[in-house]
Amino acid sequence: MSRVFDRRQLLHGAGLAGGGLALSAYMPAWAQSVSPGVIRPLPTVSGADITLRVAHQMMMIDGRTSHAIGINGTVPAPLIRLREGQNVRLHVENTLDEDTSIHWHGLILPFHMDGVPGISFPGIKPRSTFTYEFPIRQSGTYWYHSHSGLQEQMGHYGPIVIDPAGADPVASDREHVIVLSDHSPMHPHLIFKKLKQQGGYFNYQKQTLAGLLAGKDQPAAERTRWGAMRMDPADVADVTASTYTYLVNGHGPRNNWTGLFQPGERVRLRLINASAMTTFNLRIPGLRLTVVEADGLPVQPVTVDEMQIAVAETYDVIVQPPDDRAYTIVGESVDRSGMARATLAPRAGMVAPVPALRKRPLADMKDMGMGAMDHGDGGTTMPGHGEMHAGMDHGAMTHASPAPAPAPACAPEHAAMGHCTLPGAPDAGAVPAGGAGHAAGAMDHAMRDFSNAPEVKKTPTVQTISPMPMDRMGDRGQGLEGVPHRVLVYTDLKAVTRNPDTRAPSRELRIHLTGNMERYMWAFDGEKLSEVTAPIAFSQNERVRVTLVNDTMMGHPIHLHGHYFELVTGHGDHAPRKHTIQVQPGGTATFDLTADAVGDWAFHCHLLYHMHAGMMQVVSVRPAGEAAA
Amino acid sequence: MIALALLAAALTTGDAPSPPQRHGEHMQHQAPAADATPPEHHPPQPTDAPDSSAHAHHAGAMDAPSPADPACPPEHAAMGHCTPKPAGTMPNAAGPHPASPFPPAVTPPSPGSVQPTYADRIWGHDAMAAARATMRREHGGMAFSQVMLDLAEVQLRGGRDRYRWDGAFWYGGDINRLTLKTEGDGAFGGSTDAEVQALYSRAIGPYFNLQAGVRQDIATGPDRTYATVGVEGLAPYWFDVEGALFLSNKGELLARIEGYYDQRITQRLVLQPRAEINLSAQRVPVRQLGSGVTDAELGLRLRYEIAREFAPYVGMSWERQLGGTARYARSVGDDAGGFGVVAGIRVWF
Repeated sequence: MSRVFDRRQLLHGAGLAGGGLALSAYMPAWAQSVSPGVIRPLPTVSGADITLRVAHQMMMIDGRTSHAIGINGTVPAPLIRLREGQNVRLHVENTLDEDTSIHWHGLILPFHMDGVPGISFPGIKPRSTFTYEFPIRQSGTYWYHSHSGLQEQMGHYGPIVIDPAGADPVASDREHVIVLSDHSPMHPHLIFKKLKQQGGYFNYQKQTLAGLLAGKDQPAAERTRWGAMRMDPADVADVTASTYTYLVNGHGPRNNWTGLFQPGERVRLRLINASAMTTFNLRIPGLRLTVVEADGLPVQPVTVDEMQIAVAETYDVIVQPPDDRAYTIVGESVDRSGMARATLAPRAGMVAPVPALRKRPLADMKDMGMGAMDHGDGGTTMPGHGEMHAGMDHGAMTHASPAPAPAPACAPEHAAMGHCTLPGAPDAGAVPAGGAGHAAGAMDHAMRDFSNAPEVKKTPTVQTISPMPMDRMGDRGQGLEGVPHRVLVYTDLKAVTRNPDTRAPSRELRIHLTGNMERYMWAFDGEKLSEVTAPIAFSQNERVRVTLVNDTMMGHPIHLHGHYFELVTGHGDHAPRKHTIQVQPGGTATFDLTADAVGDWAFHCHLLYHMHAGMMQVVSVRPAGEAAA
Repeated sequence: MIALALLAAALTTGDAPSPPQRHGEHMQHQAPAADATPPEHHPPQPTDAPDSSAHAHHAGAMDAPSPADPACPPEHAAMGHCTPKPAGTMPNAAGPHPASPFPPAVTPPSPGSVQPTYADRIWGHDAMAAARATMRREHGGMAFSQVMLDLAEVQLRGGRDRYRWDGAFWYGGDINRLTLKTEGDGAFGGSTDAEVQALYSRAIGPYFNLQAGVRQDIATGPDRTYATVGVEGLAPYWFDVEGALFLSNKGELLARIEGYYDQRITQRLVLQPRAEINLSAQRVPVRQLGSGVTDAELGLRLRYEIAREFAPYVGMSWERQLGGTARYARSVGDDAGGFGVVAGIRVWF
């Protein structure tokens, strides 16, 4: 029960493996003892008038102090608890020497209260106070954070819980808010500079010669083929535990934030990924997670064993711990370089075993946008299955007759390789036919073929273009393909209530997520926000189908301000409605949007440094017939 | 009513206004589809009168996943195996069919030219303009810099020990940068050969920069100034390569090709093979250069990254003058080069 916390694992989780800048090895002995667990509910503010004071502060993580920006003296910022139907005034006092702002993530509100400097308002000047005021039109779990500079990375984020006007449809005996985040002793501007100087700076899990000799990771031939394309399959996360400590409610894995329960209770966990850069794979060994809300809105209960929480997503889950024992909440970073850890326990001081970090995933062919070759077996991929094809070993496949060929003679895998073509197929021939010997060269060419993405500008921002991206909303998140238990996928989510707008879209829009890991450039459609000349424009109440095409080997959580959109996952008028959607590497995700909120809204990747690098646009919604301004 | 709707649909489809094409975005007007359930604040049109059968039909269509053509599942479509019909929710989207079975949608057309300045109406243009400029700059428009001292080493050559450095500095954005380069070597207690380059560097693709500027030699013999143009970047198989042409103020043309590869042995131990060849289009007697390949270097350095930015290394370097250049060297009593053991640090910030 109170088994000793595996110290090696702990150190690993805290980033020691990453070394150079991780000072945890030098922590005093007292700080390395097992924490009895921090049972401290988040400070809460509520009511119709709320004052939030943004200030520099120090914060203590696992016995180590670092600089932070907090609100009302805490990181995360205090829990804002509101009730649907109320009106709220939020007085935000900026004591910093620089501008600040607060964006209310997921809230439906007038655009000029959305809190994005330069889009919705001018920002909050140093030593001034700005008052936000808006009605609360929804309920559920949300969060708030700075949209100025990189302040969010320093702790400027906090949870919002809105209770429904009537009875809560989700019955529970107790609830805990779980704010997941990442924190570094390194200043975020320096983190960004290091990424610009060397894209792989924080990755200490690269493929190595020692690994090759030990039979780990890709075999030599595959490494050569990936090298030919200048693609690194170990590039799963840009910023890793080599500098980050992963936090639960502001506490590191050693401090072990603990939430209490009585055996048999239905416990509602309001999960918020408030990280700057970290996608978490969350599980609680011994408990099943019944998902009841996604991005604040109710979904039909679906029970899973593990779920990927992209940055800026929120999920409410119900757990029902049957036994008088402790359970570990495990939030592994997607690259498995570290974990956020907390405990659910009947009494203070109880701990449960902490599982070791699992093997880090390597990007495979699907992640390169060669998804079609995997036959869309989303979620059920056998371990290693993707890697089997990952080298695009044409030699291993029998070649069909050359193009054009009648459909029956053109087996899917051959068509995918360009060895045969079907009349009218838009992408046929994107990959030139070639023998096994030409495979690498041919693929290299095909990995940046702009004819596969006419929307994309031909700029240095674009390192690759997915040749055959497929819808990955039914796929498990990266690294979870082979885990032997049930993992939440987007297609599992169904809204509880009928969608408010079930009109068919009148227009389609494809937006490409593009990037260059070598230069650390990120953009939509190959153009950074600093370069675009016009926003993405919608008429009020226009219904548009938006497909996001991920032309990179990294997942991107894409967030649209001021709106909900319906995921197009085959659930008709009960489509799940979200404000943030993870687009898996090399894949696509599609949603239908009713542009019903007039104004200008930010639209961006919620990986903080991707946004900062330019992966952002303005969405302008205008009353019908109003063109300019 | 239905006949009217069909007629309207046909007209709308035929006369669909051409889409406003915008930079970097692919917009496409589709023939409008059914408006089964207008949003709350949307006035229902007469043709939308709740018709339960139309409604059911529509909801059914909405049940299908994005590429809704069951005969053409996404994985096949992506392979070019088949072309999916447009999503079931937009039965008429592809355009060739003159009439939709659904009443025309009442969704407005997408707006034309729009500027993201809506907030000016509330906060005023002046307050917003500065914030907007900052917002744009902070999302992709920043400048950075790096100082990289790639080689800073002592070369042990059997008593004729030397030192050598090779470094660069850049400042700028993602595309345009000012780049300074310096390299040189010398004998302890003897003379130093050095060169400095000041270059404008421009990203010409995802991996390569085009660089042009001037090079100044500070060396034995008369000083030379060169106009320089070159490329540097990351070649397939992760080779860092660089090539440049130098045209001197006396009309002499020189060239240099160099490259290295970082073989990661562990996460911190890196073996770096390195090669450099210098060429001259003509003899340059005052610089003791023959024509053709003047000198070459092959190096192998093993570094340990205590931090990414700080890595001591040891290795060996074979440097040799060749052809006419070697003959010049011998004629003045110098050797033409050979093996050396090297030790140094690679440091950047």
